[in-house]
Amino acid sequence: MITLTVNGKTEDVDAEPDTPLLWVLRDHLNLTGTKFGCGVAACGACTVHLDGAAALACMMPLSACAQRKITTIEGLSSEGKPHRVQQAWIDHQVPQCGYCQSGMIMAAAALLAKKPNPSDELIAKKLTNICRCGTYPRVKKAMRALADAKEGSKPGVRS
Amino acid sequence: MSAGALETGPPRNKWRRRFLVTASIAGGALAIGAWRFYRERDRLTPPLGLRPGPNDAVLTAWLRIGTDGVVIVQVPRQEMGQGVTTALPMLVAEELDADPAQVRFEQAPIDPIYANSTLIGDGAPVRPDDRGKLAGMMRETQYKLGELLGVQATGGSTSVRDAWPKMRYAGATARAMLLHAAANKFGVPAAECVIEKGVVVHASSGKRAGFGELALDAAKLPLPRNAKPKDPARFTLLGKSLARLDIPAKTDGSAQFGLDVRVPGMLYAAIRQCPVFGGTLKSFDDTAIKARKGIQGVYALPATSMSAAALVVVADHYWPARTALAEVAIAWNEGNQAAHDTRDQRQRYRALLADGKAREYESVGDVDTALAAPANAVTADYFVPYLAHAAMEPINCTAVVRTGATCEVWVGSQAPTLVRRVAAKASAIDSEKVTVHTPYLGGGFGRRAEMDVVMQCVLLAKQIPHTPVQLIWSREEDIQHDVYRPMAASRFSAALDSSGNIVGWHNRIVGQSCTAGFTARLMPAAASDLLKDKTTCEGAFDLPYAMANRRVEHVLAHEPVPVGFWRSVGHSYNAFFTESFLDECAHAAGKDAVAYRLAMLGHAPRIAKVLELAAQKAGWDTPLPPGHGRGIALAQSFHSIVAQVAEVEMIGDAPKVRRIVCAVDCGFAVNPDTVVAQMESAIVFGLTAALHGEITLKNGRVEQSNFYSYDMVRLADTPVIEVHIVNSGIEHLGGIGEPGTPPVAPAVCNAIFAASGKRIRSLPIRLE
Repeated sequence: MITLTVNGKTEDVDAEPDTPLLWVLRDHLNLTGTKFGCGVAACGACTVHLDGAAALACMMPLSACAQRKITTIEGLSSEGKPHRVQQAWIDHQVPQCGYCQSGMIMAAAALLAKKPNPSDELIAKKLTNICRCGTYPRVKKAMRALADAKEGSKPGVRS
Repeated sequence: MSAGALETGPPRNKWRRRFLVTASIAGGALAIGAWRFYRERDRLTPPLGLRPGPNDAVLTAWLRIGTDGVVIVQVPRQEMGQGVTTALPMLVAEELDADPAQVRFEQAPIDPIYANSTLIGDGAPVRPDDRGKLAGMMRETQYKLGELLGVQATGGSTSVRDAWPKMRYAGATARAMLLHAAANKFGVPAAECVIEKGVVVHASSGKRAGFGELALDAAKLPLPRNAKPKDPARFTLLGKSLARLDIPAKTDGSAQFGLDVRVPGMLYAAIRQCPVFGGTLKSFDDTAIKARKGIQGVYALPATSMSAAALVVVADHYWPARTALAEVAIAWNEGNQAAHDTRDQRQRYRALLADGKAREYESVGDVDTALAAPANAVTADYFVPYLAHAAMEPINCTAVVRTGATCEVWVGSQAPTLVRRVAAKASAIDSEKVTVHTPYLGGGFGRRAEMDVVMQCVLLAKQIPHTPVQLIWSREEDIQHDVYRPMAASRFSAALDSSGNIVGWHNRIVGQSCTAGFTARLMPAAASDLLKDKTTCEGAFDLPYAMANRRVEHVLAHEPVPVGFWRSVGHSYNAFFTESFLDECAHAAGKDAVAYRLAMLGHAPRIAKVLELAAQKAGWDTPLPPGHGRGIALAQSFHSIVAQVAEVEMIGDAPKVRRIVCAVDCGFAVNPDTVVAQMESAIVFGLTAALHGEITLKNGRVEQSNFYSYDMVRLADTPVIEVHIVNSGIEHLGGIGEPGTPPVAPAVCNAIFAASGKRIRSLPIRLE
């Protein structure tokens, strides 16, 4: 039994210590918002926050997650209001099939938490998630708007 | 050239051949025994699967209205990112004059009245501009066949076109019922009532009633038969960008995809399929994992016409199943394809280009004389590889079989009616007792029209009755067991006159048939090469350009690699072939690529306008820095016209695509922002194919396996994309999911030529 803190809640998980966090979240904790895309840390669909930083859950063993704060897409918003990245994704009509967007949003939120005004170059360097629907032009627009937003609408990343 | 061997019969024979084609399709339909006669059934009558809840009313088969005034539109197509769960509700909302804020959608039940007849109707191998009687008859026959088959499928960029008359009519009918109910309530004539944003108003008395107050009474009224949809001049909602109804749930993790289905007591299954196409399972040794905690069983699945032989490990969770499967020693009978090698296949295609038995798709004028006459000749061979779909959601299906009683399936599928049929076959349960649930599709692109995983999952569920099981393919299984976009080769010979005009055009294409492959998988009894597959030559035989003498023909290749429908299908390669070669002709003629095309489009002003718009918005005639180049390409597909101008910068030998300007005429953009999004999407999809996409086989096995060996364009490599929409009128309604893909590769390759002088004749783009 390994104890995790996911979205502010303590969870006891009965899984082998080498089980990737992705499958613990999806199959044990029923948090299906975090997606399986490749299983080899190549696509970013499984991006979550580990102590506030973006992490790929598909290659993160459960044993490495104990004692750390995990945030998934389900825990990104607070007080019933969408996180500002989520709101920007709605405002710019980013998602299409939507499958990769949990990971994309988590990667974006982690970047903005660390660097509130990222350059286009930094956004391109950090948002390496694959979107087969090609929502990248809208991700860029939404990120630009978030990065250019005035202080006061600071990202409220919970982690 | 082996033109002498071609059939060149009189028109009478052409009739006969075309009749045979249609007859063979109809024969196929009869052979599978699935057809019923639905034509007389009223599309407005709600099917059995659509029942009102305690607080709502069913007004026609296409919508429910709650007592809270919420309009819930029945969407019989699958959402895979293309915005169909917003565009189709808009058609109904427009007719109702509903407040968009009160409109929701839900997945329509599976019923033949929701069949997509347009999808099959589009399969007729005739030019889109052929208005002749014969072409009309062929289209009509196929359309009727679509109705007969009752296939509720999403594909071929047909959803809005198919729904346009049906759902607007349903909306107009419901509107008439609501007005009637209000008139009864107010005690006034219905003609004096109007609807303002979901409220029926009687102006002179000041009486008002919301949809919610009227719905239950309206549902008791007989269905009016004479409702008339609005004159497009009075549209207030259609043609304006509406925020997509599915997007909020796709930002917070709550949208449910197939892989997110959770059924109480559900087990998980990991699968390994025979690495060689057509092979079978010889033996396996599972002693190492059998007794392991969580492992529920190891099962063999036989090869079927639509799925590969496989070994499956079932466990209480997916990870233990996946890791255990990796430890099972499996021996395969690899069959007779174990030596298949893409390089050999490429040689075979080269030989077929020279002397394969070709079938004619278009023949106008005297090509042989034109090509034999002393003139400037331009010739070239082109090539594209197999491509995988690689939808982001790995292939999966969930099913439970309750012995002899029922079967329930959850799967993100482009064809739920086929799911039901395949599940019925696999479980040996009557299809009336098969329930199909259709969650969101994590990408479709044609891949999710396939039934392989449904067959496998139900065969598995049958072995563990009463236990729901979710079968999950790994990404490696997805890449290595796809139905691929066909590998294809194309040979051109053109004769130019002294002014550089094309006076002879001969194009021969070699490749497999997607339609034949799909048919053989689904209904082997109906599989036949007799069927002339339009998709093999689409984008080649139906070129919009005026060319006096032209012949386009196809050599059908038979290879063991399964092929299937991949976003824009034959257009995906033929546009690359023809638009690149046309650029070569323009260059040989010393003409500007835009002017050269326009000179051949005098008879097609709609098409010329799109080409001109793309060129103008891209600043075609403005200078570029050294090392930069522009290329243009045009493609008419799925009844829409798209032109794109790519701007490429050469950084050493590496092309960097900087900007793509896209003009599109889909007749009428129902939700313009979705049209823009679909162009962006299709462009990135086409760019991935042009820059990276290649599936190869060695020793009978697909060499690529995951994104590190089958890479995708990512944000950093995404060019600036600008989209300009032309609304030429609802009579030209075209599709939008696919038409943005075909022009990308040729526009980029033509830009590379402009920038570097290097002509790309084979994809993916590789420069020394």
